[in-house]
Amino acid sequence: MTKRSTSFETSVRSIKDGDTIIVGGFGLCGIPEKAITALAEHGAKDLTVVSNNCGVDDWGLGLLLANKQIKKMVASYVGENKIFEEQYLNGELEVELVPQGTLAERIRAGGAGIRGFYTPTGVGTPIAEGKEHKEFDGRTCILEEAITGDAALVKAWKGDPYGNLIYRKTARNFNPLAAAAGKKTIAEVEELVEVGQLDPDFIHTPGLYVQDILEGGAYEKRIEKRTVAQA
Amino acid sequence: MSNSREKIINRAVQEIEDGMIVNLGIGMPTMIANHIPAGTDVFLHSENGLLGIGPYPDESELDPDLINAGKETVTVKNGGSFFDNAESFAMIRGGHIDLAILGGMEVSENGDLANWMIPEKMVKGMGGAMDIVQGARKVVIIMNHVNKHGASKVRKSCDLPLTGEQVVSRLITDMAVFDFTENGMILKEVLNGADIASVRENTEASFTVDEALMQKEDSK
Repeated sequence: MTKRSTSFETSVRSIKDGDTIIVGGFGLCGIPEKAITALAEHGAKDLTVVSNNCGVDDWGLGLLLANKQIKKMVASYVGENKIFEEQYLNGELEVELVPQGTLAERIRAGGAGIRGFYTPTGVGTPIAEGKEHKEFDGRTCILEEAITGDAALVKAWKGDPYGNLIYRKTARNFNPLAAAAGKKTIAEVEELVEVGQLDPDFIHTPGLYVQDILEGGAYEKRIEKRTVAQA
Repeated sequence: MSNSREKIINRAVQEIEDGMIVNLGIGMPTMIANHIPAGTDVFLHSENGLLGIGPYPDESELDPDLINAGKETVTVKNGGSFFDNAESFAMIRGGHIDLAILGGMEVSENGDLANWMIPEKMVKGMGGAMDIVQGARKVVIIMNHVNKHGASKVRKSCDLPLTGEQVVSRLITDMAVFDFTENGMILKEVLNGADIASVRENTEASFTVDEALMQKEDSK
C-alpha cells in the first residue's frame, strides 16, 4: 500500500512526450523543485505545462523551457522569464493566458469531475472570445472548461507513505488542486513521516490523490523578491 | 516615492475602514498598506492564499514559504489564515472581499478598466486582476490622471484590451476622485490644487460634477 517511490528519476519516467503536466507553486514558492529537475534530466518534450507561472531563467519550470521541453504553457502570469519571452516571440512556445482564479477553478474542477463552469471573470475581455456566454440573474458569465493532467507534480511540507500531505503557509497555493487533477500525482515532501504521525484533522490533501511520494532532502527554496522591514 | 504617487496613496488609504477585508494590487496599491493608521484593524487578502498580511519581515523572520501576490516575502498577522488558490478566488468571486484597490492604465466613463496588456508589447498576463474586478464588492482604481505625454488616461472608451467591463466603483487620480454610478461618471473631489476646470481640461471622459463639490467651488 505504500506509495513511496525509490527515486525522482523512477517517478518521472512515465511522463511521455506530448503529456499535459500540472505543476504546483506560485512564483518560486512551493514549487516541486526536485521533480522538475528530474523531469529536465528525463527530457520528455512537447509538454503542455499548466502552472500559475513559468519559473525564472535558471530555476523551476525555467529549466524545462531552457531545454525546449515545453510546447505550450497555460499560466496566469509569465513576466519573470527572459527565455520564455524569446521562445514566445519566435513562435516556438504556445501560450494560453488564463485569469488566476479561473485557472485555479479549472484545475479544481478537473480533480472534482466537474467538466466546466460559468464565471463572470473575463466577460468583455479578450479571454471571453469564442466562449459560450450565458446570463444568470442578469449577470453575464462565460463557460470555462476543466483541466486535468496526465501527471501532476506537487510539493508539500510533510507527508506519509499513504500520500497524505500537509502544506506550509503560502507554499500551499496551487499544490492541492494540482494533486487532485493529475492522473499520476508525484508528491515531494520535506519530511516523510511514518503512517499515523500526521493528525487526520490537519491533512490538506488526503492520500488517495497521490500515486508517488518521495522525500526531497535539502530544499533550495529560492526567494524571488526578498523584502525586509526597513530598520 | 514620486510626489504624485504619494498624493494618490494618501487619498487611497482613506478608502480603508476599520474591519474591512481588503485586496491590494501589485505595485503602487501594495504601498498603501504602510499608510493604514495604527488603530484601523483590517485583514489584507493576498490571492496566493493568505488572509491577514503582516508587515515585511526582519532578517530573522524571513521565510521563503510566506509571500504575497507580488512574490515579496511578508509576515502573517495574528488571526491570519492560509488556503489554496481555488479557495482564495472563491473568496474573491463569492463577494467576500469588501474592497480591492488596483492600478490602472485606462478607465472609461462607463467604468471599464484596462490594466493588463499593451498590444504589440510582450504580454505578461493578467494574474488575478480579471477575477478581482468581477468579485470584490467595491473596486477602486488608482492611477495618474494623464500619461507621460500629457494625454488623459480617463477615457470615453478604453483603447487597450479590457480587464473588465463596468467594474470600477471609484477612480482616484492625482487630480480627482470620480464615482461610477447608474447616472454615469461623477466628479466627487478635486485634489492637490486642481479645480473643476483643470480636471475637465485633462479628462477625455464625459462626467457630471457632484452637487456638493459645485457649491464648494462656487463659494470660493
